[in-house]
Parts: sequence; structure tokens; C-alpha cells
Amino acid sequence: MPRNPFSSSSATAPIPIDAPRKRSPSSSRNTAAKVAQFFSSSPKAAYSLPAHLSASASLLAAQEQNNARSLSPSVSLPTISLSTATADKLSDTPTMLFSPPSPEAARKLAREHAQFGPLGHASHKCISQHPKGSPVEDSVEDEPPYYFLLTTYISYLVLIVFGHVRDFFGKRFKDQNYKHLKAQNGYAALNSDFDNFYVRRLKMRISDCFARPITGVPGRFITLLDRVSDDFNLTFKLTGTQTEALNMSSYNYLGFAQSVGPCADAVEDSIRRYGMSSASSRVDAGTSDLHTDVEKLVADFVGKPSAIIFSMGYVTNSTAFSALVGKGCLIISDELNHASIRFGARLSGAVIGMFKHNDMNDLERLLREQISQGQPRTHRPWKKILVVVEGLYSMEGTMCNLPGLLELKHIYKFNLFIDEAHSIGALGPRGRGICDYFGIDPSEVDILMGTLTKSFGANGGYIAADKHVIDKLRSSHAGSVYGESPAPPVLMQISSSLRIISGELVPGQGEERLQRLAFNSRYLRLGLKRLGFIVYGQDDSPIIPVMLYNPAKIPAFSHEMLRRKIAVVVVGYPATPLVSSRARFCVSAAHTKDDLDRLLTACDEIGDVLQLKFSSGIAGGAVPLPPGVTREDEKEMRKKGIVSPPRWPLEEVLKRGVKDVQSPLR
Amino acid sequence: MDIHEAYQLLNSTAGQLSTRFQQVPGSAILLRYIKSSYQNDPVRSVVELGLFLFAVRYLLAPRYSTNKSKAADLTEEEIDELVQDWTPEPLVAHPTELEAAENEKRPVIVGPTGPKVKLANGRTVNNYASFNFFNFVSNEILKERAIQILRNYGVGACGPPNFYGTQDVHMETERDIANFLGVPSCIVYAQAFSTISSVIPAFAKRGDIIVADKAVNYSIQKGLDISRSTVRWFEHNDLEDLERVLEKVQKEMAKKPLTRRFIVTEGLFETTGDMVDLPKIIELKQRYKYRLILDESHSFGTLGRTGRGITEHLNIDPLSVDMLVGSLAYSICAGGGFCAGSREIVEHQRISSSAYVFSAALPALLAVTASETIKLLENNPDVLSVLRENIKAFRAVMDRSEYVKCTSDIENPVCMFTLKKEVCGGIADQERLMMDIVDEAIANGVLISRVKNVPEKNSARVVWKYEATFKACISIGHTKKETEKAAAVVKAAVSKVVTRVKKENAGRFLS
Ligand SMILES: Cc1ncc(COP(=O)(O)O)c(C=O)c1O
Repeated sequence: MPRNPFSSSSATAPIPIDAPRKRSPSSSRNTAAKVAQFFSSSPKAAYSLPAHLSASASLLAAQEQNNARSLSPSVSLPTISLSTATADKLSDTPTMLFSPPSPEAARKLAREHAQFGPLGHASHKCISQHPKGSPVEDSVEDEPPYYFLLTTYISYLVLIVFGHVRDFFGKRFKDQNYKHLKAQNGYAALNSDFDNFYVRRLKMRISDCFARPITGVPGRFITLLDRVSDDFNLTFKLTGTQTEALNMSSYNYLGFAQSVGPCADAVEDSIRRYGMSSASSRVDAGTSDLHTDVEKLVADFVGKPSAIIFSMGYVTNSTAFSALVGKGCLIISDELNHASIRFGARLSGAVIGMFKHNDMNDLERLLREQISQGQPRTHRPWKKILVVVEGLYSMEGTMCNLPGLLELKHIYKFNLFIDEAHSIGALGPRGRGICDYFGIDPSEVDILMGTLTKSFGANGGYIAADKHVIDKLRSSHAGSVYGESPAPPVLMQISSSLRIISGELVPGQGEERLQRLAFNSRYLRLGLKRLGFIVYGQDDSPIIPVMLYNPAKIPAFSHEMLRRKIAVVVVGYPATPLVSSRARFCVSAAHTKDDLDRLLTACDEIGDVLQLKFSSGIAGGAVPLPPGVTREDEKEMRKKGIVSPPRWPLEEVLKRGVKDVQSPLR
Repeated sequence: MDIHEAYQLLNSTAGQLSTRFQQVPGSAILLRYIKSSYQNDPVRSVVELGLFLFAVRYLLAPRYSTNKSKAADLTEEEIDELVQDWTPEPLVAHPTELEAAENEKRPVIVGPTGPKVKLANGRTVNNYASFNFFNFVSNEILKERAIQILRNYGVGACGPPNFYGTQDVHMETERDIANFLGVPSCIVYAQAFSTISSVIPAFAKRGDIIVADKAVNYSIQKGLDISRSTVRWFEHNDLEDLERVLEKVQKEMAKKPLTRRFIVTEGLFETTGDMVDLPKIIELKQRYKYRLILDESHSFGTLGRTGRGITEHLNIDPLSVDMLVGSLAYSICAGGGFCAGSREIVEHQRISSSAYVFSAALPALLAVTASETIKLLENNPDVLSVLRENIKAFRAVMDRSEYVKCTSDIENPVCMFTLKKEVCGGIADQERLMMDIVDEAIANGVLISRVKNVPEKNSARVVWKYEATFKACISIGHTKKETEKAAAVVKAAVSKVVTRVKKENAGRFLS
């Protein structure tokens, strides 16, 4: 019988892992302090921080140096970029290697690198692909100890009670603040007291973590405009200063948010030639050669015969379903589908069914029930059934189980609609989305919808399908009949980024972007798992949610990250279930390994301070397997719960990450 | 074990149980209650016991869903069979004849849009189909400014406004629009078409009342649908009817709790082109205490001395319109839409308007273009008077047509034409006729278009019958002479097609 390889005390464990560091006995007091902190209006004050922000400080310094280089070019030679991704303009300055560049060139380079980091090492690349032949496993969702769930509920309870107490006194002593919630001279309140409670008493506390204004390009770094509030987050004032932070928040998967480089050059030309607007709807006079070009490019890219584009991704969904289904039809939608899909489904007039997120058994159960029972009351057979899923879920980081869906599709003959908003460009060895990732012929899926807002750094959405479907949509999709036609500069951004990805423009660059994104996604995810965080989603997904649970940790995490100059998105109820508040990292090809190391360092420190390392090990991140134990054995053990929680020391995580991401993650 | 022992055992356990029971706090009270209630009213005790048992059973009963009970019970094999037998309809129906023709004839412009455009078939035509009223598309100042922004911001914002998608330029554009209109606050959306269909449900919820014009555009209709409010319709632009509806609602609601009430209408109607009688609407809304949601998509940038819209044109305080929704993509020739109003109204949308919260922000260069264009309009109000001259010139020619009449307002640069009543007889398919008119005009070098409507599949939602209409968009990119000439071409096209179709139809009747 093999010894349990997962206990950290095992003598054969090749690397020493700290026994889970002893928590201070006052952990409950800490939580209480944090809850109290949540109520205190000044976000920066309370919880104490280790003064040594050592590792992150040094990495921070590196970034600052990078920026400062523009001012004092003699500080250091710029990194020699082997990357083609930013090098297009770079090749004009060949002297760089040996003589210090002129201040002008250095400034330009620093700017470029702030938008798209240079590739650190040739090994920092991987391929995003589902291993051929292996079954699709559901992503394992780890759970924190019950203590954290309990304190989460208690925190919300306390918040709600406090809110009501404040309302009780407020309504009596500060009546003017509640005016907008009461009927006034015959007008009902614009939003009801009850609906507004959550916003007023919970969200307002953490409003400073949302809608932070920025300036410039949301690339590798993002420039935040600093702001303060002297009325408890009711209003904000800009201080006039700026913070350049590492950008883990934008949907800039392939790093095309750039103001320099081949895309921007092409866009500039297009503005000179075409102007800023198509000045009509698609069906009137808003279709130009640019539009038809881009439609053809998109169709070729996703592997469908035909495509149609719109000026907004949201509208692509919100009016698509009315054109496809109607009365007597059934839409079956994943419970976590995006708001635009729900909006569109409701407008269509079809009956809507829902299945549990990514649960193929639940979907099959629903299909059997619906097909056998037919329409409600009349029991007539459904005219059509349209199953709607997303390729990659933006809050969960999970991918749809496409092979499973297609298996069901063959049996149950439904039509399949996949929203590839986040997966297009971000998944698959050639960046062509979820079909590419699983190695599936796109013709198996009826409708591939996607947005151009994310991976391509542009705006708008597309639908790709067979030609007769698209032809029908051209005259029956309201976004095409009434919506404004996409603007020429936006179209040019789409077309040039698509050409780069497919290798038609600047050969090699597209491939590099794809592989860097895949590497970065896996590297960061593995690192976070090994540190002991609970993260959701599949290994190749560039969206990495880190679970926070307690509401007080939402602002705390965001503020701590901001102190370390990292911009992250935090979300809580109602965007997520009540307990599972989370932070979300969106990885980009523009990030370098150093950036991710800086992020991991920050996470490590913050994770200790805020007690965020609660993973149990069932979702991976374990220490390397001892010799003689196969992955199958490991799986068995995990099922039996024989795992020890991974709590790797940071240095080990950074040291082994690059090599370990190349093999299947554990 | 004989019966005696069993009896003793029973006795002792009963004794133990009763002492245990007495130890439970509150047991004495319970006992006393049961005793006294039994003595006073034994029937009541029995009923209470029954209720208690029922409650226990109810709580322990397995949950069942109410809709299951209606389902027929089927075995797995039967379900398999049903699944096998089920044949879905094709995903989309065959194209109708009109759709097929439309797809074939949709104009494709080669190169930039402008007053004159080159079509894919190689012909150059005068463009009367774009919202390029002031020819901002070819404005070099705007292009240079956009390039500047491109070089600082890139193209996409790569995130929704609440997640680092709000750039300083968005805030400036919002401020510029608010200042231009003279209202406290403004919010910019990423697309004009989706703006109002998201603004309405952000405020109107289930149980609220919306009174809307029957001819409101598609986007508004969808906003009304999704809001789940009670919708009442009034006849298109018939404010006496509106008053009747308001009066009726007031009576119905007299005893019910106060709910939010909205009037929804458009400044210049998208489908008919006519103008709303805003002063009267405002008077009614104030009298009956409704909030006004006004879609100014087509009137913003075209009405008023400097293009501030219908409020400027009719000299009305823009603040008396509660939610003023406009487009930055039509006459402004940039992109996106906006909703202007009080600070409270705007801030509410930032967290609860679906198309704002769940969609990426407008690209920076389009936001800045909108700002700059508004400044251009404000500083050069003459362009508006030139435009009006051109509209008049176009309409003067068209007014002499014996077959069509203009339904749009004289201030509206989108001139809309429908068949006169007396001509309709003997014309079977008016849409097809309009299509032929458009084709004939294009063949003669004038690009115009037909007003298209997405068919509503759900007949319960149809409240307005659209008339077949074609439209011509006037622009200052054409001189007055050119405009008149274009009008003459269109008029001739109308005459030619209508007489031809009438002859054909008459022939069909005879044979
Ligand atoms: C799944 C999904 N669909 C559609 C959209 C809307 O796209 P856009 O931002 O281009 O309007 C999003 C954006 O957040 C999304 O996540």
C-alpha cells in the first residue's frame, strides 16, 4: 500500500513545505476587527499590515525603474526584446543593443512596454488545448472550512442589521437624506426603499472599489485617476494625481489594447480614409467594404460559412433570440449565462428553461422532461429547442463542456448557441475559441456568437453560422435593422488584430500572443493553487476568480492590491451568490512572468493577512507526486479525501512554476 | 418473561420517562395546558392534536414542485421513443420573397461614406440615406482629434464602465453633453439603439404604469416589454387620447397604492418622422404626475437653433423632461447613446441599467468625437439653417408629387414619404412598391432607403400598423441645387414605379 503522498509530513516529499503556518489564536478577533473595519468609513486605516512589503516592493521598484528610465536613460539598458509583439516599431532603432538609446527612444520603449510587456524568456509560452482523447472533467470547486461560511453569513447579517438601525435613526433625524425614497408631491419614489437598501447600506461602503476612473490604454499597466470621497462614497473628487498599476482587470486577453503597433497604425489610416462613422444602420447605407471584409474575416476565423457584425456585443445577444425563436419554442439556458442572453431570451417570447451551471446530467434531465412533455398545458411538441451556453464564463472562469453538449445534441436534436464573448481569441491553439480548444469542427455548433470587445481590443459583436441563417438575421435581427453600424476605426482594429492572430500580418506575433496568454493563465493559476487559494475554473482559462467569501474582505483585498499598485476586480452579491464573493484576475498576453510573480507575491502577503488561503487540496496545487504514484492513484486519493492542503512557500512557487505549467496541472 | 415482569418493566420505563419529561424546562406548563384544555373542552384538544400531527406531516413531507403534478408519467423507454420521434423545425424559416430581394439589393459602399458614395457595382451615387446631415464624417478637424486620442487610448476600453472601463474622456463627454443641454448630469452608453431599451426597465418595474405612444420605435417597445410594467397605449400623437388614458388610469388607481408612472414618447418619431407636441405633454405629465421618458435619438442634433433638440426648438426647460435619451450616432456621427437628467436619475442607471453595467464602455475615440462634434454644432449654428434650407428645397419638389405625401416634420432632415390614400387602391404589395421606388432612384443616381421594420412574431404585442415608407436623409454636403435635382429624380422614380405597378395590377385584374 502506498504511503499517503499527500501528507506534508511525508518524508518522501521532495520539497519541504511549511506546515500550515500557525495562525494567531486571535483569528476570530481578527475577523471581528475586519468586520468592524468594513463599517469604518475610511478604507485605508484599520487592519495592520506587515511593514515588510519586501518582495512586492522590489518588484514594484522594477516597474518604477522601467518607467523612470524614460527620464534617466543611463540607469540601465532596456531589456532586449525578443518579442515580436511590440517590436514592430522597435526595429527602427537597431542601435539599442550596444549604445544607450536616446531619451526619446527610451521613453517610447517604456510606453510600449507599459502597454505590452516584452517576453521574458522563450520558455514562457504554452499551447492552450484540451488534451486529445482525455475526458472533460468538471472543474472541482473547493469549499472553505465551515467557519468561514458561517462568519460570512454573520457578516451579512450584521451589515443588514446595522443598515436597518441606521435607517431607523436616519429616517427620524435626517429626513432630508431619505427624501428620494419617499413619495413626493404625488410622485412615487424613483426607487423603492426596499430595492435601494442593498445599494445604500452595503454597496455604498465599498463603492470606491468600483468604477475607478482611468486614463490611457488599459494594457499591461493601467493608469488610475486617484480620487477621494468626503461623504462616505456618495461622491468622489479627483485629486489630480495618477497611479500606474498592474492591470489584472481588463478583458485584454491578447494584449491588443495598444496605442502603438500595427493595429493602431492601421486604425489611424482608416480614420483618415473613412472618417469616424458609418452614419447609418447596416441595412440602409451603413455597409461598406470594410464591413464585408471584417465579416468575411470573422467567418473564416471562427470556421463558419458566414458572419454578421454589430456595433455592440450586448445587443448582438439581446435581440438575437427574437430573430431565432418565438412562441412555441424553448430556450434552455445555463443558469449563469450573461445578462444580455437573459434579456434577449425574455424578449423572444419563447419559454425559458434553466439547468445547473455546466451540469450535463441536469441538462439531459431537463431535455428529456421537456421533449416528452412538450409545451405547457397544450402538450404540443416544441417547435425548436435552443440550448444557450457561454464558451467561457466571465465570473467563474469555467468553460462549457462542449463535447458533452454535442453528445446530447446528437441525441436530442436541439440547436446549440454558444456565446464566445470571452473564449474567442483567448482559447485554443489558434485562438479560435472553444471549438478550437476541444479540437471540434465548428460546423457541429449551429450558432457561434462572440464579442469583439475583449480579445481584439475593439468593440461590437458578431454572429457566425450557416449562410442561410445569417441571411435571415440580416433582415430580422433588430441590431442590424435599427442599430448603428460599427464605426470604421473599430472595424479596422478588428480586422488588423484578426489578421495578426491568423499570421497574415506580422507573422509570428499572433502565435506568440496566444502562447503567452496560455502560459500566463496556467502559471498564475498554478501559483495561486499552490499558495493555498481557492480558485475556480479550468486550468487553461485566462479568467481566474479567487474566492474571498467574507464581505469585509472584498474592499480589503481591493485596497491591499491597490496599495501594491495592482488593479483588480472584486465582485460580491448580487453578481455572485451571497457567500462566494471573489476577486477576479483577467490574465493577458501583455503580462510578463515578472508581473505575475509580483502578483503572486502580493497575493501571498495579502492571503496571510486576510486569511484567504483556505483550499483543502481537492482542487489541485498539491506537492509533487512521489515516485511510484500515478495520476490515477492520486485521483483516487483525492476522491477519498486523502489530501493535505497545499501551502507552498512563495519561493518554491516562483522557482518551479515555469517548468510545471508545461505538464498537466495538478 | 411472564406478564407480571413485563408490566413492571413498562411501569418503570414510564416512570423514568415522566421524570425525564418533567426535567425538560417548560414541560410543566405544557402539561398544565393540556390538562386544563382537556377538562374545559375535550373536542378542542382533539382538534389541536389533529392540527399538530398535520403540521408535523406537512413539514416532513417531501418537497414536490407544482408543475410536475400535471406531467404525464412516462417510462424511460417511452421518453426515448418520444425523443426519437421529435423533429424540430429548422432553425430559421425560408427567407420571404421580400427578404431575399433585400439581401440581394442591400447597397455596399466602397470607401468612405459621404455626400457622394461609390457603390460596389461601380456606380457613384448621391447619398441620401446616411445620417450624415452635417457631413461630419468628412471633417478633418474631427479626424485629427480622433487620431490624437487613438494614440493615447488605443481603440477599445476592454471592460465595462464599473470595472475600470470608465476613462477620463467618458466623464468629459458626459459633462459636455450635460452642459450643452443644460441639465445637471448625463450618462453615456456604448450604443444608441440599446440605450432606451435599457433605461426604461432600469426605472419601470412590475406594477408600475407606463403610458406610451402607439408608434414608438422598436427599441422603446422592447424596453416596455422587458420592464414588466403595465403598459397603456394612446393613439399616435393624439394628446386628447393621452388625456383620456391618463384620466382612466387615475380612476383605476385611485384606491391603489401610489406607483411610479411614466409617459414614453419620442421627439421626432423614428417610424413616422413627425414631431411630438411637447408643451402639451409636459402640461399633462405635470397635471397627472407622471415622469416623462423622451427619446430624442432623432431630434438631438437636428432641432433647435444649435441642435440641442426639441427642448430648444420649442423653448422648454430640459429639466422638465425627466429622462432625456439621445443618440450620439445619428446626427452627431460618432457612436453611443446617452441619457441626461438629474443626478439621481443618472447615478441610478450606473448600477442598475443593464446595457451600461453589462457591456464594455464606448471606445474613447468615439466619445471624444461626440464631444468635439457637439462643440462644433454649438459654435456654428449656421449649419443648421443651411440644413433646413435644403430640407425645404427637397420637400418643395416632392410636395408636387401626385402619389406620395411627406409624413415627417418640416424640421426633420429625414424626410419620410408614404403613398397618398387615394393612390393605394390597386396596389397589392406596398413594401415591394417602395423597394422598387428605391431601386429606381438608385439606378438614377440617388441613394435613398426604405423604412424597414423587424416583423413582430408575437401578435399580442402589435399595436401599430406601419405604413410602407421610404425616406431620404438631407445633408448639407449637397448644395441646394443638388438637393432639388435629387428630389426631382426621386419624384420621377415614384411616378414611374407607381404607374407601372398600377398598370400591371390592372392588367392582372382584367385577365
Ligand atoms: C458572455 C458575454 N456576452 C456578451 C457580453 C457583452 O459584450 P459587449 O461588452 O461587447 O457589449 C459580455 C460582456 O461582458 C459577456 O461577458
